[in-house]
Amino acid sequence: MENARLILSLLVNNESGVLTRISGLFARRGFNIDSLSVGETQNPRVSRITIQAAGDEYVRDQIMHQLEKLHDVKVVKLMAQEATVLRELLLVKVHAEPATRSQVLDAVTVFRAKVIDLTPATMTMELTGEKSKLDAFITYLEPLGIIEVCRTGVTAIGRGGYTLKENEEE
Amino acid sequence: MKLSGAQILMEIFREQQVDTVFGYPGGAVLNIYDELYKASDWLRHVITCHEQGASHAADGYARATGKTGVVLATSGPGATNLVTGIATAYLDSTPMVAITGNVACPLIGRDSFQEVDITGVTMPITKHNYMVKDVTRLADTLREAFLIAASDRPGPVLVDIPKDVQTAQCEFIPAAREIAAKRKPLNEEDVKRAAELISSAKRPFLYIGGGVVAAGAGKELLTLAQTIGAPIGASMMGLSAVPHSHPLFLGMTGMHGRYAASKALDRSDLIIAVGTRFSDRATGNKQEFSKDHKVLHIDIDPAEISKNIPAYVALVADVKQALAALNALGLAHSDPEWLTEVQALKAAPDNHLTMDANVLNPQLVLQAVNKRLPPDSPVATDVGQHQMWVAQYYSFEKPRTLITSGGLGTMGFGMGAAMGACIGTGLKKTLLVTSDGSFHMNMNELATAVANQLPLIVLVLNNSVLGMVRQWQTMFFGKRYSNTTLNRPTDFCLLAQAFGAKGLRLETLDKLDSVLDKAFATQGPVVVDVRINRDEMVLPMIPPNGSIRDMILRG
Repeated sequence: MENARLILSLLVNNESGVLTRISGLFARRGFNIDSLSVGETQNPRVSRITIQAAGDEYVRDQIMHQLEKLHDVKVVKLMAQEATVLRELLLVKVHAEPATRSQVLDAVTVFRAKVIDLTPATMTMELTGEKSKLDAFITYLEPLGIIEVCRTGVTAIGRGGYTLKENEEE
Repeated sequence: MKLSGAQILMEIFREQQVDTVFGYPGGAVLNIYDELYKASDWLRHVITCHEQGASHAADGYARATGKTGVVLATSGPGATNLVTGIATAYLDSTPMVAITGNVACPLIGRDSFQEVDITGVTMPITKHNYMVKDVTRLADTLREAFLIAASDRPGPVLVDIPKDVQTAQCEFIPAAREIAAKRKPLNEEDVKRAAELISSAKRPFLYIGGGVVAAGAGKELLTLAQTIGAPIGASMMGLSAVPHSHPLFLGMTGMHGRYAASKALDRSDLIIAVGTRFSDRATGNKQEFSKDHKVLHIDIDPAEISKNIPAYVALVADVKQALAALNALGLAHSDPEWLTEVQALKAAPDNHLTMDANVLNPQLVLQAVNKRLPPDSPVATDVGQHQMWVAQYYSFEKPRTLITSGGLGTMGFGMGAAMGACIGTGLKKTLLVTSDGSFHMNMNELATAVANQLPLIVLVLNNSVLGMVRQWQTMFFGKRYSNTTLNRPTDFCLLAQAFGAKGLRLETLDKLDSVLDKAFATQGPVVVDVRINRDEMVLPMIPPNGSIRDMILRG
């Protein structure tokens, strides 16, 4: 198996140091994290982490098994990508002098982004979507003059009944 | 009842049936030591010379007994001195609970005196660790720490307790000791596939590791070996799991493995790997290792399956449970010629290498010691040539009698580990085989052995060089002996006497029996300075990343 994109969803104890344990594990075992996003769940004692990584079958299995050994990690699930909704949030600030503003606004319309801040010289927008859409938006804006880019990393949720539960036995 | 954090720690020790704590006092654990003072009628505290010695002692205690070893140290340097001991325990999967004090919570994060982020430091070398900032969480955290250390694949757990948590009070509710976490039931399909694989093998080979010792599965393993007609080879950590005198046992495999063991492994069509993780020292070149045979891997840790060597079939389970399940099925016997071939390998001259019998050599010394020491006595080692000679020439007949640092290869492990094993086994006569290089690292602990009058024989195989590194320099670095010729004038006899131990010197073969007799007749600690040839090699040797075809049998 070639290197493939891996989307992992984790339920972890919402305690200090958990993120260090996870990122430390990736670092010392030589696995790369492409993106990582984390937030509290409906249960304040549990956080959900989405990790995007790349690897072959060996790396995939090792990542899963090693993560499962961490005491604070409750559930690790390799998300089936056809049954998963992936989203990322992008905040981007561009130069938007009167001369270029309309070009920026065209992109906002086409990409269905949202303008969230406007000054005489700058415009800030938010856009959610899959990585490729965000990449395309940035590519379009680049010649117009990007000042700042801020991305959250991928977050993922299964479609329909495809859910992550605590105490999940696989 | 309302108890302080330090008192809660004692109550948990009692609950967990801890009888011995190895440690060293200091500012951030004064309150704990005050409680140890009051608990001295039921809880033994052994003060070592250095926290590292205490950590190895707790490790040695655990290896010899199977119980969880406990070590206690103060904050800052006390805690960092545990690091090598914790890492040693982690790499060899020894159950250990390390308790450290830390500065009071309001001082944390301010680079206070003797403050160190020990949970951060030990994160990659513990199964799990905690800093307890709330005394009401202390009891359950400690219980969980003991549970994690001993369950599934054992390992070290560290609990860091800030000073103000030791003095803060809360209600303590006693609880029964929880024994190891529940294990997943065996997958019946996997057991069936494993049984089919074993039955279809013509030349099966049982390759066993430390997991067999940890699970206490020697009996089940021998039953399987006899049922299916398979020889047994062990990684270093697997030594002592089954009696070495058993006709099916071939000895250690790997870099310095025995000829017959390595050869039989290579000739086999199925490797049944039990409780082992295929370390590079055990396999050599991994492609060559996995050529021409299938691997059935039985281990409790799913992350070990196919991590180093791809498994054809795997059983993720407690080794004892898995072997019992296999033994309950009707398994076919191997080809009749296989055991004949194995016995021929066992009888081959290459399987019986001897050192020059005209001079005092490690082989003769270890064989002479082997004859004198009771089979249930712990034998600890340090790391280097002497360690390999023990692995090759000492016949371990009872499980948990070999106390050695495998995965981390920690020079300086021996003194502390031997003391811990000695104390853990109720002061059995204990042997430490070490060398001038390793002994120089942590010989300070001789003072601890003397203070506790431990029946410890320290055999220093003294060749004035760092023998194992020198051997590599001889073989692979054109005899450029960079920093391995020590020639230190240390007089180990005088040194032993200075510590209050007995010191003996063994320089010639004709004195072998008389000196060893004297050593064995000694009550307390005795150091025997054994002078051996600096060019003695550990053979056979398969060079790093090599295979059986690269085996060097003679120097």
